[in-house]
Amino acid sequence: MYDFDWSSVKPALPFMWLGMKVTLEITLTAMSVGIALGTVLAVLRLQRNPVLSGFSAAYVNLFRAVPLIMVLLWFFLIVPTLIERIFNLPRTADTRVTSAMVAFSLFQAAYYAEIIRAGIQSVTAGQMGAALALGMSYGQAMRLVVLPQAFRNMTPLLLTQTIILFQDTSLVYVSAVRDFFGAATIIGTRDGRQVELILFAGGVYFVISFALSSLVKYWQDRLKVAA
Amino acid sequence: MIDIRKVSKTYPNGFQALKACSTHVDKGEVIVVCGPSGSGKSTLIKCVNGLEDFQEGEIVVNGISVGDKKTNLPKLRAHVGMVFQHFELFPHMTVVKNLTVAQTKVLGRRKVEATERGLKLLERVGLSAHASKHPGQLSGGQQQRVAIARALAMDPICMLFDEPTSALDPEMINEVLDVMVQLAREGMTMMVVTHEMEFARKVAHRVIFMDRGEIVEDAGKDEFFTKPRSERAQQFLSKILHH
Repeated sequence: MYDFDWSSVKPALPFMWLGMKVTLEITLTAMSVGIALGTVLAVLRLQRNPVLSGFSAAYVNLFRAVPLIMVLLWFFLIVPTLIERIFNLPRTADTRVTSAMVAFSLFQAAYYAEIIRAGIQSVTAGQMGAALALGMSYGQAMRLVVLPQAFRNMTPLLLTQTIILFQDTSLVYVSAVRDFFGAATIIGTRDGRQVELILFAGGVYFVISFALSSLVKYWQDRLKVAA
Repeated sequence: MIDIRKVSKTYPNGFQALKACSTHVDKGEVIVVCGPSGSGKSTLIKCVNGLEDFQEGEIVVNGISVGDKKTNLPKLRAHVGMVFQHFELFPHMTVVKNLTVAQTKVLGRRKVEATERGLKLLERVGLSAHASKHPGQLSGGQQQRVAIARALAMDPICMLFDEPTSALDPEMINEVLDVMVQLAREGMTMMVVTHEMEFARKVAHRVIFMDRGEIVEDAGKDEFFTKPRSERAQQFLSKILHH
């Protein structure tokens, strides 16, 4: 029987907290950029112009059809070199976290876009008609009337997607970015206590994700009452 | 004020919604458009402010051609009020915000000025007490009165009503019609799609009867009610005026 020894965990907490900060940084950046870009993609997708909607459809389908880890590796291996060449940075510059943020932002945008498109379509066409009839431009009608209602309807789904994103950021360990999961495995390897450290990391992901999911559910129930 | 000349509209699936419709609404005139459902009356009224497009013919509103690609539609719509069957108030804004948002964002009025104008119109439709509520807290009749006030806040040169009372419970129809009658008597140019023949009798100058995308009858009110020329209009009237 395996003998658990958790004594490595406590002294390593400050180190793992540094990793958690990286995890949160990547999550929050990818969420903000992803939702902003996803909104643009969703609005483009709904245009009658086939070039605009076609571009958006191609983007979304491309990113949803390749494994996340491929996108990450591609960004880790190729994009940093590109950035170094273009901006003439010394080889030593560490662009790993930045490229992770870019990769997650672009990847998540495809998923957010689909959620936001459904959210926009959940607002009745009559609302757009009423906004236009008052003399608003298409952009004003979207911004002032349709999107605020769409976002209210889809907040739970966007948060759920963000929880998935939070978990997926652990994949950055493939490029040795020291996120929370990476920090935990480093300690585990150092002390020969990988099982305990990975279990501990899993427990932390579970607690945070479960707490956020419960919050989303509470929010959804409240929306139902309001509607 | 509104000139509709031989307007035809065909949907991509081949359904012809409007067939060479021609009519006009002069300044200060109140026109009632009626007809069985699916006859194209809502489509016609939505063509007037360009919410629906059309392939043939021309619509001129206050000297501006609606179908012309060069026409600045938002600018035209800002002064053509429209009231919808399902009210279409903005549910995420308070009543007063509903009344002011287009005034400030479209007409560029200052917030104070827009609020003053909005509250004045709210008083006029008898809903001053509800200024800070959200539309969802109001009854259907109250919502439709707010929607009328919202359109009036833009100082429209004419008003379009698309079945304004069709979605209302019977006991709320009159509160909305009262506001419309008052508006008509003040000389507002109005084009009204409705089945409320009492309203037509009270204030309409002309009545248009549509069926299957065509304007079948376009006559003075008295003539329309006493001796409609077409058989289809006669049948329609006998069905909705039972007594």
